[in-house]
Amino acid sequence: MTATLRIGFIPLVDAAALIVAVDKGFAAAEGLDVELVREVSWSNVRDKLNIGLFDAAHLLAPVAIASSLGLGHVKVPIAAPFNLGINGNAITVSPALHAALMEQIDGDRFDPMATAKALAKVVAIRRKAGAEPLTFGMTFPFSTHNYQLRFWMAAAGVDPDEDVRLVVLPPPYMVDSLKNGHVDAFCVGAPWNSIAVDLGIGHILHFVSDILVRAAEKVLAVRQTWADKNPDVVAALVRAAVKAAEFIEHPENRTEAAQILAQPERIGVDAEVIQRTLTGRLKISPDGTFRESGRYLLVGREGAGRPDPTQAAWLYAQMVRWGQTALTPDGVKTAMAVFRPDLYDAALGNRAPEQAPAAFGAFAGPVFDPDNIRGHLEAFEVGRWKT
Amino acid sequence: MSAEQSPKIVIVDESPIRAAILEEGLREAGFTQVVHISEMQSLLARIYAVDPDIILIDLENPSRDVLEAMFQVSRAVRRPIAMFVDQSDSASIQASVEAGVSAYIVDGLKKERIKPILDLCVSRFNAFAKLQEELERTKSQLEDRKVIERAKGILMRVKGLTEDEAYVLLRSTAMREKKKIGEIAQSIITASEMLK
Repeated sequence: MTATLRIGFIPLVDAAALIVAVDKGFAAAEGLDVELVREVSWSNVRDKLNIGLFDAAHLLAPVAIASSLGLGHVKVPIAAPFNLGINGNAITVSPALHAALMEQIDGDRFDPMATAKALAKVVAIRRKAGAEPLTFGMTFPFSTHNYQLRFWMAAAGVDPDEDVRLVVLPPPYMVDSLKNGHVDAFCVGAPWNSIAVDLGIGHILHFVSDILVRAAEKVLAVRQTWADKNPDVVAALVRAAVKAAEFIEHPENRTEAAQILAQPERIGVDAEVIQRTLTGRLKISPDGTFRESGRYLLVGREGAGRPDPTQAAWLYAQMVRWGQTALTPDGVKTAMAVFRPDLYDAALGNRAPEQAPAAFGAFAGPVFDPDNIRGHLEAFEVGRWKT
Repeated sequence: MSAEQSPKIVIVDESPIRAAILEEGLREAGFTQVVHISEMQSLLARIYAVDPDIILIDLENPSRDVLEAMFQVSRAVRRPIAMFVDQSDSASIQASVEAGVSAYIVDGLKKERIKPILDLCVSRFNAFAKLQEELERTKSQLEDRKVIERAKGILMRVKGLTEDEAYVLLRSTAMREKKKIGEIAQSIITASEMLK
Protein backbone atom coordinates (compact mmCIF):
# COMPACT_ATOMS: atom_id res chain seq x y z
CA MET A 1 0.00 0.00 0.00
CA THR A 2 1.24 3.47 -0.85
CA ALA A 3 -0.91 6.46 -0.04
CA THR A 4 -0.09 10.09 -0.68
CA LEU A 5 -1.29 12.45 2.04
CA ARG A 6 -1.26 16.19 2.67
CA ILE A 7 -1.32 17.05 6.33
CA GLY A 8 -1.52 20.53 7.82
CA PHE A 9 0.15 21.58 11.05
CA ILE A 10 0.81 24.65 13.17
CA PRO A 11 4.43 25.15 14.28
CA LEU A 12 4.04 24.06 17.91
CA VAL A 13 5.86 21.43 19.94
CA ASP A 14 2.70 19.36 20.32
CA ALA A 15 2.85 18.58 16.59
CA ALA A 16 5.91 16.52 17.55
CA ALA A 17 4.51 13.03 16.93
CA LEU A 18 3.26 14.08 13.50
CA ILE A 19 6.47 15.81 12.43
CA VAL A 20 8.73 13.04 13.72
CA ALA A 21 6.49 10.39 12.10
CA VAL A 22 7.18 12.01 8.74
CA ASP A 23 10.75 13.29 9.12
CA LYS A 24 12.11 10.20 10.87
CA GLY A 25 10.53 7.87 8.31
CA PHE A 26 7.89 6.14 10.47
CA ALA A 27 5.18 7.24 8.03
CA ALA A 28 7.16 6.03 5.00
CA ALA A 29 7.68 2.67 6.72
CA GLU A 30 3.89 2.36 6.88
CA GLY A 31 3.63 3.06 3.16
CA LEU A 32 2.59 6.69 3.55
CA ASP A 33 3.99 9.45 1.39
CA VAL A 34 3.19 12.51 3.51
CA GLU A 35 3.56 16.15 2.61
CA LEU A 36 3.47 18.26 5.77
CA VAL A 37 2.15 21.77 5.21
CA ARG A 38 2.99 24.46 7.75
CA GLU A 39 0.03 26.73 8.48
CA VAL A 40 -0.48 30.06 10.17
CA SER A 41 -3.93 29.87 11.73
CA TRP A 42 -6.32 27.31 13.17
CA SER A 43 -9.09 28.63 10.94
CA ASN A 44 -6.95 27.83 7.95
CA VAL A 45 -6.07 24.32 9.12
CA ARG A 46 -9.72 23.57 9.86
CA ASP A 47 -11.01 24.99 6.57
CA LYS A 48 -8.45 23.17 4.46
CA LEU A 49 -9.22 19.93 6.28
CA ASN A 50 -12.96 20.44 5.99
CA ILE A 51 -13.01 21.08 2.26
CA GLY A 52 -10.56 18.31 1.47
CA LEU A 53 -7.35 20.20 0.69
CA PHE A 54 -5.83 18.32 3.63
CA ASP A 55 -6.35 14.64 4.33
CA ALA A 56 -5.46 15.05 7.99
CA ALA A 57 -4.41 17.80 10.36
CA HIS A 58 -2.83 18.74 13.67
CA LEU A 59 -5.86 20.32 15.30
CA LEU A 60 -6.95 21.83 18.59
CA ALA A 61 -9.09 19.14 20.23
CA PRO A 62 -11.97 21.60 20.84
CA VAL A 63 -11.90 22.69 17.17
CA ALA A 64 -12.43 19.07 16.10
CA ILE A 65 -15.46 18.93 18.40
CA ALA A 66 -16.78 22.36 17.33
CA SER A 67 -16.50 21.33 13.68
CA SER A 68 -18.50 18.17 14.35
CA LEU A 69 -21.15 20.19 16.18
CA GLY A 70 -21.23 22.94 13.54
CA LEU A 71 -20.20 25.62 16.05
CA GLY A 72 -18.60 28.79 14.81
CA HIS A 73 -18.45 27.48 11.29
CA VAL A 74 -19.90 24.83 9.02
CA LYS A 75 -20.66 21.39 10.30
CA VAL A 76 -18.13 18.82 9.16
CA PRO A 77 -17.92 15.67 11.29
CA ILE A 78 -14.35 15.00 12.36
CA ALA A 79 -12.75 11.81 13.65
CA ALA A 80 -9.73 11.90 15.93
CA PRO A 81 -8.02 8.49 15.95
CA PHE A 82 -4.88 9.70 17.75
CA ASN A 83 -4.30 12.19 20.52
CA LEU A 84 -1.17 14.21 19.68
CA GLY A 85 -0.66 15.58 23.16
CA ILE A 86 -1.89 15.87 26.72
CA ASN A 87 -1.23 19.24 28.43
CA GLY A 88 1.63 21.31 26.98
CA ASN A 89 0.40 24.87 27.59
CA ALA A 90 1.50 27.40 30.15
CA ILE A 91 0.24 30.70 31.48
CA THR A 92 2.79 33.49 31.20
CA VAL A 93 2.34 36.90 32.84
CA SER A 94 4.11 40.22 32.43
CA PRO A 95 6.67 41.18 35.09
CA ALA A 96 4.27 43.85 36.35
CA LEU A 97 1.35 41.46 36.76
CA HIS A 98 3.67 38.87 38.28
CA ALA A 99 4.81 41.37 40.90
CA ALA A 100 1.21 42.38 41.64
CA LEU A 101 0.16 38.75 42.05
CA MET A 102 3.11 37.89 44.29
CA GLU A 103 2.26 40.89 46.46
CA GLN A 104 -1.27 39.60 47.00
CA ILE A 105 -0.60 35.88 47.15
CA ASP A 106 -1.40 33.97 50.30
CA GLY A 107 0.09 30.50 49.94
CA ASP A 108 2.19 28.51 47.48
CA ARG A 109 2.87 30.36 44.22
CA PHE A 110 2.48 27.11 42.26
CA ASP A 111 -0.95 26.42 43.75
CA PRO A 112 -3.48 27.63 41.17
CA MET A 113 -6.07 28.37 43.84
CA ALA A 114 -3.61 30.68 45.59
CA THR A 115 -2.75 32.50 42.33
CA ALA A 116 -6.41 32.68 41.27
CA LYS A 117 -7.32 34.29 44.60
CA ALA A 118 -4.41 36.69 44.18
CA LEU A 119 -5.73 37.51 40.71
CA ALA A 120 -9.18 38.22 42.17
CA LYS A 121 -7.59 40.69 44.56
CA VAL A 122 -5.57 42.37 41.81
CA VAL A 123 -8.72 42.66 39.69
CA ALA A 124 -10.58 44.28 42.60
CA ILE A 125 -7.72 46.71 43.32
CA ARG A 126 -7.55 47.73 39.67
CA ARG A 127 -11.29 48.25 39.48
CA LYS A 128 -11.22 50.45 42.56
CA ALA A 129 -8.40 52.50 41.04
CA GLY A 130 -10.36 52.86 37.81
CA ALA A 131 -7.67 51.03 35.82
CA GLU A 132 -8.37 49.17 32.58
CA PRO A 133 -9.28 45.50 33.07
CA LEU A 134 -6.43 43.01 32.68
CA THR A 135 -6.14 41.49 29.20
CA PHE A 136 -5.35 37.82 28.64
CA GLY A 137 -4.29 36.43 25.26
CA MET A 138 -5.29 32.98 24.07
CA THR A 139 -5.21 31.21 20.75
CA PHE A 140 -8.77 30.52 19.67
CA PRO A 141 -12.35 30.62 21.00
CA PHE A 142 -12.47 26.82 20.82
CA SER A 143 -9.19 26.08 22.52
CA THR A 144 -7.97 24.48 25.70
CA HIS A 145 -6.07 27.73 26.33
CA ASN A 146 -9.35 29.59 26.53
CA TYR A 147 -10.94 26.98 28.82
CA GLN A 148 -7.87 26.57 31.04
CA LEU A 149 -7.60 30.32 31.65
CA ARG A 150 -11.31 30.52 32.40
CA PHE A 151 -11.32 27.45 34.63
CA TRP A 152 -8.44 28.83 36.65
CA MET A 153 -9.66 32.38 37.23
CA ALA A 154 -13.32 31.43 37.71
CA ALA A 155 -12.34 29.12 40.58
CA ALA A 156 -11.60 32.23 42.62
CA GLY A 157 -14.72 34.06 41.42
CA VAL A 158 -13.12 36.06 38.60
CA ASP A 159 -15.66 36.23 35.76
CA PRO A 160 -13.64 35.85 32.54
CA ASP A 161 -16.25 37.74 30.52
CA GLU A 162 -16.84 40.59 32.96
CA ASP A 163 -13.76 41.11 35.12
CA VAL A 164 -10.99 40.71 32.55
CA ARG A 165 -10.61 40.77 28.77
CA LEU A 166 -9.84 37.61 26.88
CA VAL A 167 -8.53 38.17 23.36
CA VAL A 168 -7.47 35.87 20.56
CA LEU A 169 -3.93 36.29 19.27
CA PRO A 170 -1.97 34.17 16.80
CA PRO A 171 0.73 32.35 18.86
CA PRO A 172 3.65 34.07 17.09
CA TYR A 173 2.20 37.48 18.09
CA MET A 174 1.84 36.61 21.79
CA VAL A 175 5.34 37.61 22.83
CA ASP A 176 5.23 40.95 21.01
CA SER A 177 1.84 41.71 22.48
CA LEU A 178 3.11 41.05 25.99
CA LYS A 179 6.15 43.20 25.30
CA ASN A 180 4.20 46.20 24.04
CA GLY A 181 1.55 45.94 26.74
CA HIS A 182 -1.37 44.86 24.54
CA VAL A 183 -1.86 41.92 26.89
CA ASP A 184 -0.90 41.41 30.53
CA ALA A 185 -0.72 37.63 30.26
CA PHE A 186 -1.32 34.78 27.85
CA CYS A 187 -1.91 31.06 27.71
CA VAL A 188 -0.21 29.33 24.79
CA GLY A 189 1.68 26.17 23.85
CA ALA A 190 5.42 25.80 23.48
CA PRO A 191 7.73 27.38 22.53
CA TRP A 192 6.13 30.81 23.05
CA ASN A 193 6.16 30.86 26.86
CA SER A 194 9.87 30.06 26.95
CA ILE A 195 10.61 32.70 24.34
CA ALA A 196 8.92 35.36 26.50
CA VAL A 197 10.95 34.24 29.53
CA ASP A 198 14.20 34.20 27.56
CA LEU A 199 13.54 37.75 26.37
CA GLY A 200 13.07 38.81 29.98
CA ILE A 201 9.50 40.05 29.43
CA GLY A 202 7.48 37.28 31.06
CA HIS A 203 7.19 34.87 33.97
CA ILE A 204 5.64 31.43 33.53
CA LEU A 205 3.01 31.50 36.27
CA HIS A 206 1.57 28.03 35.70
CA PHE A 207 2.11 24.94 33.69
CA VAL A 208 -1.46 24.04 32.76
CA SER A 209 -0.91 20.67 34.38
CA ASP A 210 -1.20 22.65 37.65
CA ILE A 211 -4.81 23.39 36.68
CA LEU A 212 -5.79 20.08 35.11
CA VAL A 213 -3.52 17.10 35.60
CA ARG A 214 -4.54 15.54 32.32
CA ALA A 215 -6.20 17.47 29.50
CA ALA A 216 -6.38 16.53 25.82
CA GLU A 217 -4.67 19.28 23.85
CA LYS A 218 -4.24 18.53 20.13
CA VAL A 219 -5.54 15.68 18.04
CA LEU A 220 -4.71 14.13 14.73
CA ALA A 221 -7.91 14.97 12.88
CA VAL A 222 -9.44 13.51 9.72
CA ARG A 223 -12.85 13.95 8.13
CA GLN A 224 -15.28 11.29 9.29
CA THR A 225 -16.27 10.48 5.70
CA TRP A 226 -12.61 10.19 4.69
CA ALA A 227 -11.89 7.87 7.63
CA ASP A 228 -14.80 5.66 6.58
CA LYS A 229 -13.43 5.39 3.06
CA ASN A 230 -9.77 4.93 4.00
CA PRO A 231 -9.59 2.72 7.09
CA ASP A 232 -6.22 1.26 6.11
CA VAL A 233 -4.65 4.67 5.62
CA VAL A 234 -6.02 5.86 8.96
CA ALA A 235 -4.59 2.77 10.65
CA ALA A 236 -1.19 3.27 9.01
CA LEU A 237 -1.17 6.92 10.06
CA VAL A 238 -2.01 6.02 13.66
CA ARG A 239 0.74 3.39 13.77
CA ALA A 240 3.28 5.87 12.40
CA ALA A 241 2.23 8.44 15.01
CA VAL A 242 2.39 5.88 17.82
CA LYS A 243 5.92 4.87 16.80
CA ALA A 244 6.97 8.51 16.56
CA ALA A 245 5.52 9.22 20.01
CA GLU A 246 7.42 6.24 21.45
CA PHE A 247 10.60 7.54 19.83
CA ILE A 248 10.11 11.03 21.27
CA GLU A 249 9.41 9.74 24.77
CA HIS A 250 12.69 7.82 24.99
CA PRO A 251 14.93 10.18 27.01
CA GLU A 252 17.96 9.36 24.86
CA ASN A 253 16.10 10.46 21.71
CA ARG A 254 15.00 13.86 23.02
CA THR A 255 17.94 15.76 21.57
CA GLU A 256 17.41 14.26 18.13
CA ALA A 257 13.65 14.83 18.31
CA ALA A 258 14.21 18.46 19.30
CA GLN A 259 16.60 18.91 16.36
CA ILE A 260 14.04 17.47 13.94
CA LEU A 261 11.37 19.81 15.29
CA ALA A 262 13.70 22.81 15.24
CA GLN A 263 14.13 22.69 11.43
CA PRO A 264 13.15 26.01 9.80
CA GLU A 265 10.35 24.42 7.76
CA ARG A 266 8.94 22.74 10.89
CA ILE A 267 8.78 24.78 14.10
CA GLY A 268 11.79 26.90 13.29
CA VAL A 269 13.08 27.85 16.74
CA ASP A 270 16.12 26.83 18.76
CA ALA A 271 16.32 23.07 19.45
CA GLU A 272 17.29 23.80 23.06
CA VAL A 273 14.03 25.69 23.68
CA ILE A 274 12.02 22.82 22.20
CA GLN A 275 13.89 20.29 24.30
CA ARG A 276 12.86 22.09 27.49
CA THR A 277 9.21 21.33 26.70
CA LEU A 278 9.91 17.71 25.85
CA THR A 279 11.80 17.15 29.09
CA GLY A 280 9.42 19.27 31.17
CA ARG A 281 12.24 21.36 32.61
CA LEU A 282 11.48 24.99 31.85
CA LYS A 283 13.04 28.29 32.72
CA ILE A 284 10.14 30.15 34.33
CA SER A 285 11.65 33.50 35.22
CA PRO A 286 14.06 35.86 33.49
CA ASP A 287 16.37 35.52 36.54
CA GLY A 288 17.04 31.91 35.51
CA THR A 289 14.72 30.01 37.86
CA PHE A 290 13.91 26.58 36.47
CA ARG A 291 10.93 24.42 37.25
CA GLU A 292 10.53 20.76 36.40
CA SER A 293 7.38 18.71 35.93
CA GLY A 294 6.85 15.20 34.65
CA ARG A 295 3.46 16.28 33.30
CA TYR A 296 4.33 19.36 31.26
CA LEU A 297 3.61 17.68 27.92
CA LEU A 298 2.69 14.05 27.43
CA VAL A 299 3.37 12.75 23.93
CA GLY A 300 2.28 9.14 23.97
CA ARG A 301 3.31 8.17 27.47
CA GLU A 302 0.72 7.20 30.12
CA GLY A 303 -1.58 6.22 27.27
CA ALA A 304 -1.73 9.83 26.05
CA GLY A 305 -2.02 8.82 22.40
CA ARG A 306 -5.24 6.87 22.83
CA PRO A 307 -8.20 9.25 22.42
CA ASP A 308 -10.38 9.37 25.53
CA PRO A 309 -14.05 10.30 24.86
CA THR A 310 -14.39 11.51 28.45
CA GLN A 311 -11.91 14.25 27.52
CA ALA A 312 -14.15 15.20 24.60
CA ALA A 313 -17.14 15.37 26.96
CA TRP A 314 -15.17 17.63 29.30
CA LEU A 315 -14.29 19.99 26.44
CA TYR A 316 -17.95 20.02 25.40
CA ALA A 317 -18.90 20.86 29.01
CA GLN A 318 -16.57 23.89 28.83
CA MET A 319 -18.27 25.05 25.62
CA VAL A 320 -21.59 24.81 27.47
CA ARG A 321 -20.25 26.49 30.61
CA TRP A 322 -19.07 29.54 28.66
CA GLY A 323 -22.14 29.90 26.50
CA GLN A 324 -20.68 28.65 23.20
CA THR A 325 -23.41 26.05 22.88
CA ALA A 326 -26.45 24.74 24.73
CA LEU A 327 -26.36 21.49 26.68
CA THR A 328 -28.16 18.70 24.82
CA PRO A 329 -27.91 14.92 25.00
CA ASP A 330 -27.15 14.86 21.27
CA GLY A 331 -24.38 17.39 21.73
CA VAL A 332 -22.63 15.24 24.33
CA LYS A 333 -22.96 12.19 22.11
CA THR A 334 -21.62 13.99 19.04
CA ALA A 335 -18.69 15.44 20.97
CA MET A 336 -17.70 12.12 22.48
CA ALA A 337 -17.94 10.38 19.11
CA VAL A 338 -15.15 12.63 17.76
CA PHE A 339 -12.53 10.88 19.89
CA ARG A 340 -12.03 7.43 18.40
CA PRO A 341 -10.22 4.95 20.65
CA ASP A 342 -11.75 2.20 18.46
CA LEU A 343 -9.75 3.40 15.43
CA TYR A 344 -6.64 3.65 17.59
CA ASP A 345 -7.12 0.11 18.91
CA ALA A 346 -7.85 -1.27 15.44
CA ALA A 347 -4.65 0.26 14.08
CA LEU A 348 -2.58 -1.44 16.77
CA GLY A 349 -4.22 -4.81 16.22
CA ASN A 350 -6.56 -4.35 19.16
CA ARG A 351 -3.79 -4.80 21.65
CA ALA A 352 -5.21 -4.27 25.12
CA PRO A 353 -5.23 -0.54 25.83
CA GLU A 354 -3.38 0.87 28.78
CA GLN A 355 -5.93 2.00 31.30
CA ALA A 356 -6.05 5.76 30.96
CA PRO A 357 -7.06 7.60 34.11
CA ALA A 358 -10.63 8.81 33.83
CA ALA A 359 -10.21 11.78 36.15
CA PHE A 360 -8.89 15.11 34.97
CA GLY A 361 -7.43 15.93 38.32
CA ALA A 362 -8.81 19.46 38.25
CA PHE A 363 -7.62 21.67 41.09
CA ALA A 364 -11.16 22.87 41.74
CA GLY A 365 -14.69 21.51 41.43
CA PRO A 366 -16.05 17.98 41.65
CA VAL A 367 -14.73 14.99 39.69
CA PHE A 368 -16.00 15.23 36.12
CA ASP A 369 -18.75 12.82 35.15
CA PRO A 370 -19.68 12.74 31.44
CA ASP A 371 -23.07 11.28 32.35
CA ASN A 372 -23.94 14.24 34.52
CA ILE A 373 -22.63 17.39 32.85
CA ARG A 374 -25.49 19.47 34.18
CA GLY A 375 -24.75 18.45 37.76
CA HIS A 376 -21.07 19.12 37.18
CA LEU A 377 -21.65 22.62 35.86
CA GLU A 378 -24.10 23.46 38.65
CA ALA A 379 -21.23 22.94 41.10
CA PHE A 380 -19.45 26.00 39.68
CA GLU A 381 -20.45 29.50 40.70
CA VAL A 382 -19.15 31.33 37.66
CA GLY A 383 -20.40 30.46 34.20
CA ARG A 384 -22.92 31.51 31.60
CA TRP A 385 -24.48 28.32 30.47
CA LYS A 386 -28.01 28.06 29.28
CA THR A 387 -30.28 25.23 28.26
CA MET B 1 -25.20 48.70 -8.59
CA SER B 2 -28.90 48.63 -9.21
CA ALA B 3 -31.53 49.39 -6.60
CA GLU B 4 -29.56 47.89 -3.76
CA GLN B 5 -26.79 49.96 -2.26
CA SER B 6 -23.23 48.81 -2.75
CA PRO B 7 -22.10 46.73 0.25
CA LYS B 8 -19.29 48.00 2.42
CA ILE B 9 -16.26 45.78 1.81
CA VAL B 10 -13.11 45.61 3.90
CA ILE B 11 -9.98 44.03 2.43
CA VAL B 12 -7.58 42.74 5.09
CA ASP B 13 -4.26 42.16 3.40
CA GLU B 14 -0.66 42.87 4.31
CA SER B 15 0.34 42.96 0.65
CA PRO B 16 -0.37 46.43 -0.73
CA ILE B 17 -0.06 45.26 -4.35
CA ARG B 18 -2.58 42.48 -4.00
CA ALA B 19 -4.95 44.72 -2.08
CA ALA B 20 -4.69 47.34 -4.83
CA ILE B 21 -5.42 44.78 -7.54
CA LEU B 22 -8.43 43.58 -5.57
CA GLU B 23 -9.69 47.05 -4.80
CA GLU B 24 -9.42 48.13 -8.42
CA GLY B 25 -11.34 45.06 -9.57
CA LEU B 26 -14.10 45.62 -7.08
CA ARG B 27 -14.44 49.27 -8.04
CA GLU B 28 -14.54 48.40 -11.73
CA ALA B 29 -17.33 45.97 -10.93
CA GLY B 30 -19.26 48.79 -9.34
CA PHE B 31 -18.59 48.23 -5.65
CA THR B 32 -17.98 51.74 -4.49
CA GLN B 33 -17.35 51.25 -0.77
CA VAL B 34 -14.05 49.43 -0.46
CA VAL B 35 -11.59 49.93 2.41
CA HIS B 36 -8.15 48.36 2.70
CA ILE B 37 -6.71 47.53 6.14
CA SER B 38 -3.05 46.47 6.23
CA GLU B 39 -2.29 47.31 9.85
CA MET B 40 -2.72 44.13 11.91
CA GLN B 41 -2.16 45.65 15.34
CA SER B 42 -5.36 47.65 15.49
CA LEU B 43 -7.30 45.35 13.20
CA LEU B 44 -10.37 44.94 15.37
CA ALA B 45 -10.70 48.62 16.21
CA ARG B 46 -10.52 49.53 12.53
CA ILE B 47 -13.07 46.91 11.55
CA TYR B 48 -15.47 48.15 14.21
CA ALA B 49 -15.01 51.67 12.91
CA VAL B 50 -15.78 50.71 9.30
CA ASP B 51 -18.60 48.30 10.24
CA PRO B 52 -18.40 46.37 6.97
CA ASP B 53 -20.92 44.06 5.32
CA ILE B 54 -18.15 41.85 4.00
CA ILE B 55 -14.58 41.21 5.08
CA LEU B 56 -12.23 39.72 2.53
CA ILE B 57 -9.04 38.34 3.96
CA ASP B 58 -6.05 36.48 2.64
CA LEU B 59 -6.36 32.89 3.82
CA GLU B 60 -2.75 32.82 4.93
CA ASN B 61 -3.20 35.81 7.21
CA PRO B 62 -2.57 34.77 10.85
CA SER B 63 -5.21 37.24 11.98
CA ARG B 64 -7.99 35.04 10.65
CA ASP B 65 -8.30 33.44 14.08
CA VAL B 66 -8.65 36.90 15.59
CA LEU B 67 -11.50 37.69 13.21
CA GLU B 68 -13.26 34.44 13.93
CA ALA B 69 -13.14 35.12 17.63
CA MET B 70 -14.63 38.52 16.95
CA PHE B 71 -17.59 36.91 15.23
CA GLN B 72 -18.26 34.79 18.26
CA VAL B 73 -18.08 37.38 20.97
CA SER B 74 -18.70 40.67 19.26
CA ARG B 75 -21.62 42.84 20.10
CA ALA B 76 -20.79 45.17 17.23
CA VAL B 77 -21.17 42.62 14.48
CA ARG B 78 -24.84 42.03 13.99
CA ARG B 79 -25.28 38.76 12.18
CA PRO B 80 -21.94 37.13 11.73
CA ILE B 81 -21.77 34.46 9.10
CA ALA B 82 -18.47 33.03 8.13
CA MET B 83 -17.58 32.00 4.63
CA PHE B 84 -18.54 28.63 3.22
CA VAL B 85 -22.06 29.16 4.46
CA ASP B 86 -23.54 27.26 1.60
CA GLN B 87 -21.88 23.88 1.68
CA SER B 88 -23.58 22.73 -1.50
CA ASP B 89 -21.40 25.01 -3.57
CA SER B 90 -18.20 23.13 -2.89
CA ALA B 91 -16.57 23.97 -6.23
CA SER B 92 -16.61 27.69 -5.56
CA ILE B 93 -15.45 27.13 -1.98
CA GLN B 94 -12.53 25.08 -3.24
CA ALA B 95 -11.65 27.71 -5.83
CA SER B 96 -11.65 30.45 -3.19
CA VAL B 97 -9.47 28.49 -0.84
CA GLU B 98 -7.03 27.48 -3.54
CA ALA B 99 -6.71 31.06 -4.70
CA GLY B 100 -6.10 32.12 -1.11
CA VAL B 101 -9.11 34.28 -0.48
CA SER B 102 -11.35 33.90 2.49
CA ALA B 103 -14.50 35.92 2.98
CA TYR B 104 -16.36 36.77 6.14
CA ILE B 105 -19.83 38.04 5.57
CA VAL B 106 -20.79 39.95 8.63
CA ASP B 107 -24.23 41.18 7.83
CA GLY B 108 -26.24 38.32 6.42
CA LEU B 109 -25.90 39.36 2.80
CA LYS B 110 -27.73 37.14 0.39
CA LYS B 111 -25.70 34.49 -1.33
CA GLU B 112 -26.53 35.99 -4.74
CA ARG B 113 -24.80 39.20 -3.70
CA ILE B 114 -21.66 37.69 -2.26
CA LYS B 115 -21.11 35.23 -5.14
CA PRO B 116 -19.98 37.76 -7.80
CA ILE B 117 -17.69 39.44 -5.28
CA LEU B 118 -16.06 36.16 -4.38
CA ASP B 119 -15.71 35.14 -8.01
CA LEU B 120 -14.04 38.42 -8.77
CA CYS B 121 -11.68 38.05 -5.81
CA VAL B 122 -10.70 34.56 -6.88
CA SER B 123 -9.75 35.69 -10.36
CA ARG B 124 -7.91 38.73 -9.00
CA PHE B 125 -6.04 36.66 -6.44
CA ASN B 126 -5.04 34.25 -9.18
CA ALA B 127 -3.88 37.15 -11.35
CA PHE B 128 -1.79 38.37 -8.46
CA ALA B 129 -0.26 34.92 -7.94
CA LYS B 130 0.73 34.81 -11.61
CA LEU B 131 2.21 38.28 -11.42
CA GLN B 132 4.17 37.28 -8.34
CA GLU B 133 5.51 34.21 -10.08
CA GLU B 134 6.65 36.21 -13.10
CA LEU B 135 8.31 38.74 -10.85
CA GLU B 136 10.18 36.01 -9.02
CA ARG B 137 11.33 34.47 -12.29
CA THR B 138 12.54 37.78 -13.68
CA LYS B 139 14.30 38.55 -10.44
CA SER B 140 16.13 35.25 -10.39
CA GLN B 141 17.04 35.62 -14.07
CA LEU B 142 18.51 39.02 -13.33
CA GLU B 143 20.38 37.63 -10.34
CA ASP B 144 21.72 34.80 -12.50
CA ARG B 145 22.94 37.20 -15.14
CA LYS B 146 24.85 39.26 -12.58
CA VAL B 147 26.45 36.17 -11.08
CA ILE B 148 27.45 34.82 -14.52
CA GLU B 149 29.04 38.15 -15.44
CA ARG B 150 31.13 38.11 -12.26
CA ALA B 151 32.17 34.46 -12.75
CA LYS B 152 33.18 35.19 -16.35
CA GLY B 153 35.31 38.05 -15.11
CA ILE B 154 37.08 35.79 -12.63
CA LEU B 155 37.72 33.10 -15.26
CA MET B 156 39.04 35.69 -17.74
CA ARG B 157 41.42 37.10 -15.17
CA VAL B 158 42.64 33.86 -13.60
CA LYS B 159 42.81 31.67 -16.69
CA GLY B 160 43.50 34.36 -19.28
CA LEU B 161 40.38 33.51 -21.31
CA THR B 162 38.35 35.69 -23.62
CA GLU B 163 34.78 36.47 -22.60
CA ASP B 164 33.38 33.93 -25.06
CA GLU B 165 35.77 31.21 -23.89
CA ALA B 166 34.84 31.89 -20.27
CA TYR B 167 31.16 31.52 -21.07
CA VAL B 168 31.72 28.30 -23.04
CA LEU B 169 33.66 26.87 -20.10
CA LEU B 170 30.84 27.77 -17.70
CA ARG B 171 28.22 26.26 -19.98
CA SER B 172 30.07 23.01 -20.67
CA THR B 173 30.82 22.55 -16.97
CA ALA B 174 27.16 23.13 -16.13
CA MET B 175 26.11 20.54 -18.72
CA ARG B 176 28.62 18.01 -17.49
CA GLU B 177 27.62 18.48 -13.83
CA LYS B 178 23.92 18.62 -14.71
CA LYS B 179 23.57 21.97 -12.95
CA LYS B 180 22.42 25.43 -13.91
CA ILE B 181 24.99 27.88 -15.26
CA GLY B 182 24.03 30.22 -12.42
CA GLU B 183 24.94 27.59 -9.84
CA ILE B 184 28.35 26.91 -11.41
CA ALA B 185 28.99 30.64 -11.61
CA GLN B 186 28.06 31.05 -7.95
CA SER B 187 30.46 28.29 -6.90
CA ILE B 188 33.28 29.97 -8.83
CA ILE B 189 32.59 33.23 -7.01
CA THR B 190 32.45 31.45 -3.65
CA ALA B 191 35.67 29.56 -4.33
CA SER B 192 37.54 32.66 -5.46
CA GLU B 193 36.43 34.54 -2.34
CA MET B 194 37.64 31.70 -0.13
CA LEU B 195 40.98 31.62 -1.91
CA LYS B 196 41.57 35.34 -1.55
